[in-house]
Amino acid sequence: MYQDEELVFSCPQVVADRPTHYCPGCHHGVAHRLVGELLEEMGLVEKTIMVTAIGCSVFLYNYLLVDAVEAPHGRAPAVATGVKRAKPDKFVFTYQGDGDLASIGMAEIMHCANRGERVSVVFVNNTVYGMTGGQMAPTTLIGQKTTTCPGGRCAEREGMPIKMAEIIASLGGSAYVARTALNNVKNINKTKKCLRKAFEVQTSGLGFGFVEVLSACPTNWKMSAIKANERIANEMIPYFPLGVFKDATADVTGEAAGKGEEGK
Amino acid sequence: MSRIEIREDRCKGCLLCTTVCPKEIIKQADRFNQHGYKPAEVPAGDMKKCTGCASCATICPDVAITVYKTKKKAKKGASHG
Repeated sequence: MYQDEELVFSCPQVVADRPTHYCPGCHHGVAHRLVGELLEEMGLVEKTIMVTAIGCSVFLYNYLLVDAVEAPHGRAPAVATGVKRAKPDKFVFTYQGDGDLASIGMAEIMHCANRGERVSVVFVNNTVYGMTGGQMAPTTLIGQKTTTCPGGRCAEREGMPIKMAEIIASLGGSAYVARTALNNVKNINKTKKCLRKAFEVQTSGLGFGFVEVLSACPTNWKMSAIKANERIANEMIPYFPLGVFKDATADVTGEAAGKGEEGK
Repeated sequence: MSRIEIREDRCKGCLLCTTVCPKEIIKQADRFNQHGYKPAEVPAGDMKKCTGCASCATICPDVAITVYKTKKKAKKGASHG
């Protein structure tokens, strides 16, 4: 580094200095970095226990240098409940994909949110099962082709894509629920702010924090990384509106929570 | 001078950084890195256009970009233009 310049961006220490196994353009890397930066900025690295799920992010413990428990498929919120209740002074978060959280783990996430467990959930929604080769997920968009719906998802046959953020926001125990995207710099910065809020409702003991992060899977969408980012803006965000759906901290101060309109 | 450093061995050639650079100075290289990807690079001479906005580093999924920004000059220096 030269004398007349300052370092404005570098990899956080808590993010391991090793190449990831993710495909080019996969947004897991961005999500990992945001979580890592927040853990450092909020001084939580030493007291964090993360609960990782099944999916492409199964190797999260290789990339974030904090204590971790690996949960069975979909059961991360149940495992996190146990960890948090046994160690209430620790910071506990789960990191799950849409195949894990919205399909096999639907019961666990619903009841964890409804009980208002003091945990945070990072929900990475890329509308497809990534690790197993691109099968249809509950969040797959209508018309999207996957290996198990090669003609495109049909609403009559498979139902409509599940909007998890709205469902979680309607449950009594959730304290902060937001949906953000990682398709451009503005949305990435907004995602970091929402994640911070979701982490803060846990550290302040308010309740359950949930952030749905719309992200790209260029490999299973069978398109380039740049096209995949455009798809998020053109196809995903119109169906999955961005915004804050519930904010217990705003209720306390009397501010109205966002109505899910921004970013449309 | 603001500048970026791209770790070529980490770059997977997704080229998302090229879409967000306001000065459009990031390009894909013609060579391959050790993983077989064509990494992003800033052609020689273009780096002086870098503003240090860190957009490329923010969107990089592999945290392969480090950004250095020129320190703001002291007020005394600014008065001389």
